[in-house]
Amino acid sequence: MGEVILTMKDIDKSFPGVHALDHVNFEVKRGEVHALMGENGAGKSTLMKVLTGIYQKDSGSIVYKGKETEFHNTREAQDAGVVIVHQELNMVGDLTVAQNIFIGREPKKGFRIDDKKMIEESKKLFQELNIEIDPREKMHNLTVGKQQMCEIAKAISHKAEVIIFDEPSAALTEKEIADLFVIIRDLREKGLGIVYISHRMDEIKVITDRVTVMRDGGYVGTLITKDSTKEDIINMMVGRVIYEDPKQHSMVAPDAPVVLKVEHLNAGKMVQDVSFELRKGEILGFSGLMGAGRTETARALFGADPKQSGKISVMGKDGQLREVTINSPQDAVKYGIGYLSEDRRRYGCVVQKSCIENTTLATMEQFTKGFLIDSAKEKEVTEKYIKELATKTPTADQLVVNLSGGNQQKVVIAKWLTRDSDILIFDEPTRGIDVGAKNEIYKLMNKLAAEGKSIIMISSEMTEVLRMSDRIIIMCEGKVTGNIDISEATQENIMDKATRSID
Amino acid sequence: MTKKKKSILSDQRFIVLLVVIALTAIFSFMSKEFRQYNTMLSLLDFSYYDLLMAIGVTFPLITGGVDLSIGTGMVCYALIGGTLIRSHGIPVIVAMLVCVLLGVLIGTLNGVLIGVMNLPPFLATLCTCMITRGAGSLCTATPWPGLTQEGGWFHSIFKLTIGTGRSADRYPIGFLWMVILVLLMEFVLNHTKFGRYTIAIGSNKEAAALSGINVKFYHVMVYVVCGLFTGLAAIAYAAVTPTVQPGTGAGLEMDAIGGVFVGGVAATGGYGSVLGTFVGIFVIMLLKTGLPYIGLQANWQQIITGLVLIVAVLIDIIKEKKAAAL
Repeated sequence: MGEVILTMKDIDKSFPGVHALDHVNFEVKRGEVHALMGENGAGKSTLMKVLTGIYQKDSGSIVYKGKETEFHNTREAQDAGVVIVHQELNMVGDLTVAQNIFIGREPKKGFRIDDKKMIEESKKLFQELNIEIDPREKMHNLTVGKQQMCEIAKAISHKAEVIIFDEPSAALTEKEIADLFVIIRDLREKGLGIVYISHRMDEIKVITDRVTVMRDGGYVGTLITKDSTKEDIINMMVGRVIYEDPKQHSMVAPDAPVVLKVEHLNAGKMVQDVSFELRKGEILGFSGLMGAGRTETARALFGADPKQSGKISVMGKDGQLREVTINSPQDAVKYGIGYLSEDRRRYGCVVQKSCIENTTLATMEQFTKGFLIDSAKEKEVTEKYIKELATKTPTADQLVVNLSGGNQQKVVIAKWLTRDSDILIFDEPTRGIDVGAKNEIYKLMNKLAAEGKSIIMISSEMTEVLRMSDRIIIMCEGKVTGNIDISEATQENIMDKATRSID
Repeated sequence: MTKKKKSILSDQRFIVLLVVIALTAIFSFMSKEFRQYNTMLSLLDFSYYDLLMAIGVTFPLITGGVDLSIGTGMVCYALIGGTLIRSHGIPVIVAMLVCVLLGVLIGTLNGVLIGVMNLPPFLATLCTCMITRGAGSLCTATPWPGLTQEGGWFHSIFKLTIGTGRSADRYPIGFLWMVILVLLMEFVLNHTKFGRYTIAIGSNKEAAALSGINVKFYHVMVYVVCGLFTGLAAIAYAAVTPTVQPGTGAGLEMDAIGGVFVGGVAATGGYGSVLGTFVGIFVIMLLKTGLPYIGLQANWQQIITGLVLIVAVLIDIIKEKKAAAL
């Protein structure tokens, strides 16, 4: 680590009703990777937005390269060499890689854009980073990992001296993360200051030199990564010890009947010959790397995507397992299957509508008399579930968009409970949900399982899989590569099966 | 737990209602002719077809779609109805039914193209717009029966005439039907499954589908309802247009769609109200009718209407931004 390149001192920022940043301190040295951690809503993004000029600070000082500085917009920050690589990539899919890198500052030759020079410059950038990407390729043809590399190349081309990575690994495969780390280490060697925002503790340990923890808009402290343990960091983040012990053995009764049987399901490249059984009261974990085909399997099973072949049997209310045809979500819902999407905002709930409207969305017919909606009954049922699930909302009329991620998830759970679904597919149930709320969702899932609901839980978090599942199905590149009881599951044997067909 | 009541002043519909009152007051103040009973009567008379189209098209707009075929569709159905009466001697009541049926038919076609075949609404209804314009032009200009002619009774649906000639008393009874229809459809939008799903489709179609809703069916129904109202609009149009001309109708949809947006439908769908449409249309109608009375020609009316629409949509966008910032 070298000299300090950036110091943020006593940064304070308020929005109407929220004290978003409360005298926060943060510094970055040349040649270090500095992690910024904290629960969702701790203020990490706000701090970075203040730094890059998206927000203006109320008080405090920013010293960059020895000079007191304040950027008024991202453009100014960029020109000075402070660049942010966003979690959602800001790329124009229909333009080429080179066009994206030079967007807004295209080199000109007379009146014409100099495409040749753009491509040459891009090639040079990629060489510098040791990446193989054709600058002439259309952006949307690239994997998410490659797109991120392009973002980094773009940052470098701005002569960046401080690069902020905002949850860069969220959408990447293990392999892509490894590649990313090679690049980050390389940038560190070159003396850049790197800010790394992530929730993944393992990565923090691997890639960062120091960790600054924020909580509720305040500065908690800074640690040297190699001298501190995972528990140290987590304790600073939440101010409490969280339960992360793996489940020791299956909670399912040995004689529990099978409620869902999937045989030889095929749906495109991502779902090949998938077979599994789900038993009553079981939490069946689906583990695997990104792009293993777990979500695709769930969507095909649920009828949201077409399938080529396969046999699905569901236990009816009479206790008999019989084959069913599921061609649409309507069919699946009819057979008592509920799907909780990984992307709540897009597929899970209608965020601009109230808790009531979301809770009753799948069960309108229970609330209609003839043509009319029975608003009183709707409200009653919604309030019952708000109480039962401990959903934090001022009223049942509150718009879902105003709830936190964990509470949005509870509204979606209420939707399927209203439907009396016996089989619930949770796709990444705690993505984007902070640590405290995560525990509540876990408790809720355990309670549902204990009450006899059966749960398929797709999860990319190893700790979540080991903590929640009674049995674990592991997928890799569209195929089931493992099916292990929790008592035999370890991180190692799961990862081994998850990477089986790669390389 | 008490629900915070929103201030009535933040309700766009209320603001638009104030605009309607203000416009009426201004025009009445500035022009003696405008404040005549007959002027008001004719303003109402000519508002019915616009309003009916607007009520219908409110639903596609709430889903985030649009129906461009309502203007030419309306004229087309009125032409076909008129031809059936004049050349084939069928009773007026049957011709009216034909108008409604044709509306439902084209509405279904739009719905299937958009909801089932996934054509973009703009494109699908642009095609049916051309088709209905062409189909209408196959007919010759034929007037529906006049008030005193056989079958002229249908005028009384919209304007009750008691007595004859210049001394006759005329009452805009159509306005009453409009109020009833508006209240009915506002109720449908807010208190029925169809209404709830229309909003859900506009707000998040994917989530609605994954909740097990038959999204395709309801998406089609939205355009069927729009078609139904276009059919009704054709009758109202025939009642106020001495001779329906083939090849016309293009552009009429814009007044209706504009009115809906003035009434506060979200530009991206997911929110809207039929009451809003009701007041929105009267802003458009007042500008259309009133501006000539204060000496501004028809061209000015279009320019001003356009500017009003920009303001209305901007209000919506600013409101949304404010909501997002909270």
